[in-house]
Amino acid sequence: MTALGKLLRTTAFKLTLVYLTVFALFAVFLLAYFAWNTRRLITEQITQTVDAEITGLAEQYRQGGIRRLVFVVDARSRRPGSSLYLVTTRAGEGLAGNVGSLATGILETSGWTETAYRRLDDPDGVEHHALVRVFQLPAGFRLLVGRDLEERERLYDIVLAAGRWSLAIVIVLGVAGGFFVTRRVLKRVDAMTETTRKIMDGDLAGRLPIAGTGDELDRLATNLNAMLERIEALMHGLKEVSDNIAHDLKTPLTRLRNRCEEALRLAEDESQYRAALESTIEESEALIRTFNALLMIARAESGQARDGMTEIDAAEIARGVGELYEPLADEKGIHLKVEAPVAVPVHGNRELISQALANLVDNAIKYGAEMNGADAEIVVTARGEGDRILLAVADSGSGIPAADRGRAVERFVRLEQSRSQPGSGLGLSLASAVARLHGGDLKLEDNRPGLRTVISLPRAGSVPPAA
Amino acid sequence: MRLLIIEDDRDAADYLVKAFREVGHVADLAVDGEEGLAHALDGQYDVLIVDRMLPKLDGLAVIGTLRSKGIETPALILSALGQVDDRVKGLRAGGDDYLPKPYSFSELLARTEALARRRGSREETVYRVGDLELDRLSHQVTRAGGEIVLQPREFRLLEYLMKHAGQVVTRTMLLENVWDYHFDPQTNVIDVHISRLRSKIDKGFSQALLHTVRGAGYMIRDSK
Repeated sequence: MTALGKLLRTTAFKLTLVYLTVFALFAVFLLAYFAWNTRRLITEQITQTVDAEITGLAEQYRQGGIRRLVFVVDARSRRPGSSLYLVTTRAGEGLAGNVGSLATGILETSGWTETAYRRLDDPDGVEHHALVRVFQLPAGFRLLVGRDLEERERLYDIVLAAGRWSLAIVIVLGVAGGFFVTRRVLKRVDAMTETTRKIMDGDLAGRLPIAGTGDELDRLATNLNAMLERIEALMHGLKEVSDNIAHDLKTPLTRLRNRCEEALRLAEDESQYRAALESTIEESEALIRTFNALLMIARAESGQARDGMTEIDAAEIARGVGELYEPLADEKGIHLKVEAPVAVPVHGNRELISQALANLVDNAIKYGAEMNGADAEIVVTARGEGDRILLAVADSGSGIPAADRGRAVERFVRLEQSRSQPGSGLGLSLASAVARLHGGDLKLEDNRPGLRTVISLPRAGSVPPAA
Repeated sequence: MRLLIIEDDRDAADYLVKAFREVGHVADLAVDGEEGLAHALDGQYDVLIVDRMLPKLDGLAVIGTLRSKGIETPALILSALGQVDDRVKGLRAGGDDYLPKPYSFSELLARTEALARRRGSREETVYRVGDLELDRLSHQVTRAGGEIVLQPREFRLLEYLMKHAGQVVTRTMLLENVWDYHFDPQTNVIDVHISRLRSKIDKGFSQALLHTVRGAGYMIRDSK
């Protein structure tokens, strides 16, 4: 498609054409109405003047006879810009007046007629048009009075010319304006199309240009950009997951394989084979766990797990998880306490929030209390704060330095002190993903001493979960 | 126990049939949904093991059809989809238990046996294993006539174990049925609960009732 073809096919240009037609018709109507009314007015004036003159001349005739009439008509005929006059005998012989020639048969009519004539005092003898009236005088004389129509004709010409010009101007301005507006719109749409093509080609960082005028195209572009933002985040998450799966599942898979090969090569009796097989199964179970955790994070992050959310009580979740882990903590000499005195409603998935909190408690038991021996304590709290619900796990361990806290939430990151402990390194990332799925977040804070991990969620009915 | 396995993956199916026969059960095999439905309609089975995605007729549809015809044979759904909402869908379709793949055979065996037992068991008000008694109405537990005081959760744990007395109960089964959690708690929290319970019911008695089954789970049983 050529550039012009593209321009002509745009909605803006088609709209311009419609408007143009409407305005042109309007202009024509206006001029026609004006012309018709003016013509009517002029004609009215002429007939009034002529009527008055005839009345006047008839009076002259009545008073002074034909001689007087001829005299008066002669006098009036000589005035510049005068009306048309003709006095004839019964036979049609001219007695006085300024009319040279008339169309035949005019004198036989009575009343108003439009006719062509020539003036006696006109040297060129050009034919003019006039509106005339013939009046029968007593004794067979006839009196013709008329007015030249040149004035009316000139007005006609002026209106016609005005009509032509205005039409031409309307069309030229309209088309030019249409082109200008259309080109502007087309330029912006072209820029958008260009950007979307780039994005489709894989450059997800591209964004639609915004002119800053706040018009409908800007609003559209802003919304599309928000959509692109979300898509980019999702794609990024997906890529990260597949990268992590590739990286962190391949390592244990390699270990698994090595162990099998080693057993094949070195094992001598049944018990050694058995031991190798058992460790293989253990390793594969750990792999499945990691894999499940990754899938769950991915699901939570993509927002798929949003079905199955109901109104639940965060305090009950805290008590449930606390009760599940209390014996384990107790066995390690840690005092686990739950502070959740009143119901705090949350709109969410009981399983996911329980699992997120369980991960935090599990972490606290593993890493949080090792330093302080006897009076080690973990406190699980659930309480409301404004329109937020806070589910917190506080321990009295060595904590995480502020600089490392952001990193700790990342997938598979296991800080120095935790390397000796078993675990996939996904606990905090899962908790964080679950919090975000519910429109909240996960924060790591200093418990002086120790670490305080807080899942902050919107209170049920306050804010809908973010998209 | 007579089992019907409906599974289209030949390798997995053969492995299951062989493994169930080894432990003394009778296992039949159907390789697609229609065949499985035809077999199951006879109603001669104690438990159905149904893969969720099957050729010709989907696993959930097989169970749904059976239930609509009034056949209540317990069904365990095997599925590659392991998320909470998939599980809810499976149970809503008429399944009695749901096990995501990959599973261990000991887990599958324990759950299958629990389902088969459930079918025959009437809901007794008092469970007895050896000299241990649990009264489900008064919430009283006694051993050899002496009262044992349990926390509510410990009571439910013991109740579940005693309901399945003589059968292996896995950690996930306990987590699901006693705590109603379907996630993996990373650390074996259940073990600690069991050892607490054990210290309350077995400590001071020469005869231990609560046993650990290596690589599988736990079992409460009168070993006399």
